[in-house]
Amino acid sequence: MAQGTTPVHPYVPNSAPATKQAMLEAIGVESIDEFFNVIPEELRMKRPLDIPAALDAEAELQRHMNGLLSRNRPTTAALSFLGSGCYPHHVPAVCDEINQRAEFLTAYAGEPYEDHGKWQALFEYTSLMAELLEMDVVNVPTYDGYQAAATALRMAGRITNRRRVIVADTLAAGKRAKLETFLSGVLTIDFVAPRPETGRIHHDDVVELLGPDTAAVFLETPNMIGVIEADAAEIAEFAHRQGALLVCSTDPLSLGFTEPPARWGADIVCGDIQSLGLGLHFGGANGGFIATHDDERFVFEFPSRLFGLAPTRVEGELGFCDVAYERTSLAMREDGVEWVGTAAALWGITAGAYLALMGPHGMRTLGDTIAVRTREAMGALAEIPGLEVLHQRSAHWREFAVRFPGRKASQVNEALLARGIYGGADATTVFAAGSPDTAVYCTTELHTSNDINALANALKEILS
Amino acid sequence: MTTIQTEPTSATKTAREAPLQVEKPLLRRYHAARWDEPLIFQLDAEGHRGIAVPSSDESQLADTPENSFRRKDVPSLPQIGQSQVLRHYLRLSQETLGADLNVDIGQGTCTMKYSPKVNERFAGSGQSVDTHPLQDASTMQGTLQILHELESYLGEVSGMDAVSLQAGSGSAAIYGNVKVVQAYHEARGEGDVRDEIITTIFSHPSNAATAKTAGYKVITLYPDENGFPDLEALKSVTSERTAALFITNPEDTGIFNPRITEYVDAVHEVGGLCVYDQANANGLLGIARAREAGFDLCHFNLHKTFSTPHACGGPAAGAIGSSAQLAPFLPGRRVVKGANGYVWQVPDELATADIRPFHGVIPNLIRAYSWIRSLGAEGLRQVSEIAVLNNNYLLAEILKIDGISAPYAAGQHRVEQVRYSWSELTDETGIGSAQIGARMADYGMHYWTSHHPYIVPEPVTLEPTESYSKRELDEYIAALRNTAMEARVEPEVLQDAPHRSSIHTVDVDAMTDPDTWATSWRAYRRKYQGAEFALAPRWEPDGELPVRPRPPKAHHR
Repeated sequence: MAQGTTPVHPYVPNSAPATKQAMLEAIGVESIDEFFNVIPEELRMKRPLDIPAALDAEAELQRHMNGLLSRNRPTTAALSFLGSGCYPHHVPAVCDEINQRAEFLTAYAGEPYEDHGKWQALFEYTSLMAELLEMDVVNVPTYDGYQAAATALRMAGRITNRRRVIVADTLAAGKRAKLETFLSGVLTIDFVAPRPETGRIHHDDVVELLGPDTAAVFLETPNMIGVIEADAAEIAEFAHRQGALLVCSTDPLSLGFTEPPARWGADIVCGDIQSLGLGLHFGGANGGFIATHDDERFVFEFPSRLFGLAPTRVEGELGFCDVAYERTSLAMREDGVEWVGTAAALWGITAGAYLALMGPHGMRTLGDTIAVRTREAMGALAEIPGLEVLHQRSAHWREFAVRFPGRKASQVNEALLARGIYGGADATTVFAAGSPDTAVYCTTELHTSNDINALANALKEILS
Repeated sequence: MTTIQTEPTSATKTAREAPLQVEKPLLRRYHAARWDEPLIFQLDAEGHRGIAVPSSDESQLADTPENSFRRKDVPSLPQIGQSQVLRHYLRLSQETLGADLNVDIGQGTCTMKYSPKVNERFAGSGQSVDTHPLQDASTMQGTLQILHELESYLGEVSGMDAVSLQAGSGSAAIYGNVKVVQAYHEARGEGDVRDEIITTIFSHPSNAATAKTAGYKVITLYPDENGFPDLEALKSVTSERTAALFITNPEDTGIFNPRITEYVDAVHEVGGLCVYDQANANGLLGIARAREAGFDLCHFNLHKTFSTPHACGGPAAGAIGSSAQLAPFLPGRRVVKGANGYVWQVPDELATADIRPFHGVIPNLIRAYSWIRSLGAEGLRQVSEIAVLNNNYLLAEILKIDGISAPYAAGQHRVEQVRYSWSELTDETGIGSAQIGARMADYGMHYWTSHHPYIVPEPVTLEPTESYSKRELDEYIAALRNTAMEARVEPEVLQDAPHRSSIHTVDVDAMTDPDTWATSWRAYRRKYQGAEFALAPRWEPDGELPVRPRPPKAHHR
């Protein structure tokens, strides 16, 4: 190595002096600086970047990174009842293996000729979702459930050529804000509040707002406090009568327990696939699905890519192609539908593998288990003086709301944290209008009866 | 006693006319994996299980409100054993050509660099994977420190004052920037007046498309003979209606626009903002920054420049950089260092809405952070220097191939990529860029053309990044040269290509009409196998609702 030069980094092979020299000679220039001559002097950095020195030895990098990450205390080192949009479920080892395959992990935008397997795996993801949702068309995933909901509503506006939507105000604060900003200037939103006594949307409250200008009614079920929307079918019927669509946001995992929304009249179903074998990742693992019936009025309004089966020039060979690619911004720039770009494909493949592993009975068993645990936890907590389990007579799945009269949920959580328990999400951090005395608790197949008892005992102590 | 012969006999020596050829030529006799794998639904077998899950006694639900919502049937998913699922997907993975396997320089603008394996350990660590976004900040000091420092490194690389890590991709970050622009003008009472966004045809389509989605009128500038729009052309469209300019530099041609500051000044002069799409930043780390050129906002694609894997098209990550003036409008929450460690900063009242749930694509933010730490300041500059060296080496060698050219800025060095044109070869042979791409798959190489529309005729965009060795670049060049030769001497080979892929040419028009498309296995069963599904209540259009006219069919390549 020549003195005063940067050492050859393992990620930058041609920085080796001999290679660099050979390439400079092939090009016919003296030095790399010549390539940058076109950049005006006043735009060029005159000093090195102020960034810490390289940890180019992998061993040192690993030590540094492990040192940082060890300062986290993951949910596995505590007892956590946090959900609220990021749900703890078991991730099958096979899902991790598929997600980490070098070919899938590092492929990108290849055609079926380089990436046939990717096309098939994504087609199978959308097809498995189609089976679960009982709808024929499912997108290659968009970013997340927020985006899926926002796009689903704009699709509804375009399909019906109407300008107003009714949205159940049972949403995460961030998702509500996303809808408002994404619909702004295009669709006006009338929010309909859940009834305080049941925690769900009542059809009378929707009917009151429905009109001939309504493009869609948006329901989320189970909603953000875990309540299953019991009036969904009636609401869909009223919406249809007015020429409006029913857009439903749901967690696909919940369809192991409840019927798919298409059965009761949902026209567009959307949501996040985080629960399908993606893991928590500090809230950073998401994919958005949008599903519709096979109706061209709907299909042509999807911004995402849609994959379909196709023949090849060889008899018996299975190929795949884009469906109605001309819809997309990749084909049409601003004349396409919204936009499409890199989003969440590998999470889609992983979620497909999850559904294939779970099968009909795995989904059913898991759906039941979560329903049982949720009701069990509600029952155990309802016994405790000093707290109130809300909406006990409404059907729940995975989450429920708890009120601590006269206390702040954040204070209760602080006391729980001291006991190694991550209590339910403080409602003020989850909802735009969340009350400080309320928390949302989440129980899944990962919680045992002992875990629920441990929580109940800790709360008894704290509230006594 | 048997004697085992360990030395080759003279007979075997003489049987070969030439010694074993050990050294391989640059041009591979490649063949893709071809498993002829059925659709996963064909693996269905009654009673087989992929995974067992915790069960409970569902009779406990008998007298609960839940009971009436419990479905009576099970979802119609296939039943498959665990190893069968694994084997199926591993076969599909083998029929996928990732950057870990090929000289992935054919997807220019996408910066298909090496994604270091060690970063998978950190992104996949239980200390990260099993953390919940709402757990107390005191229990997340490691990740919070990573996010805080990553913000500061990207601030330094761009020169901007504040960084938001929330966006889940490059396009999502562009959309975030559009919303910041919108919020800024609205806060100044100019939201209604400033209804135009200007971009260029060689900037990513999402600049135009996100602006349109947010309600803007889009003005697109085309290049002059230098490869970028003339300054006077820009000035002719700026006005009090200008909300912002969204521009890339270098654009997808790899040509650096040396007058960029004048463009920025021209937009500022009419009160518009300037937004730098740094999709092509890989050649500029430590070399030139958004700040010095006067930009108000910028964004990086962390899955491009900062090495996070492309994952078949996401998850990705985008980072937005802003000036101090626009920092209050940034989406998501920043991490700040307080007296008792790292904490989430309360967002400003002016902040735009969250782009996505929670705090960004955490696994990719960890990977990007680790990549920067591995390289340090000098390493980042080295990345850019070598990426640019590789690009100009490729340019010099590729221009020696008959039939290909590099339109615009003849004789000038390029930065991060080059958009070449095969139009001479197409004129001569009738073979176009898409067919060359299909043939390149036969040599184990990924090849793209360019974004639509094809302003450069018969385009191919190559971006070698810093990751590939000289020998690997020579392999790609050899495959291109050979393919061009084949176009001349045996064009029928290219017309039918690929020949050594997992499948053959797809008939992209056979099943892409509303009556014929099969968007899922379910749709296929209904349309082609006569499957009938229970009718569900659904919306029906009233008779007067017109069907919107559709654009002519288009394809990915």
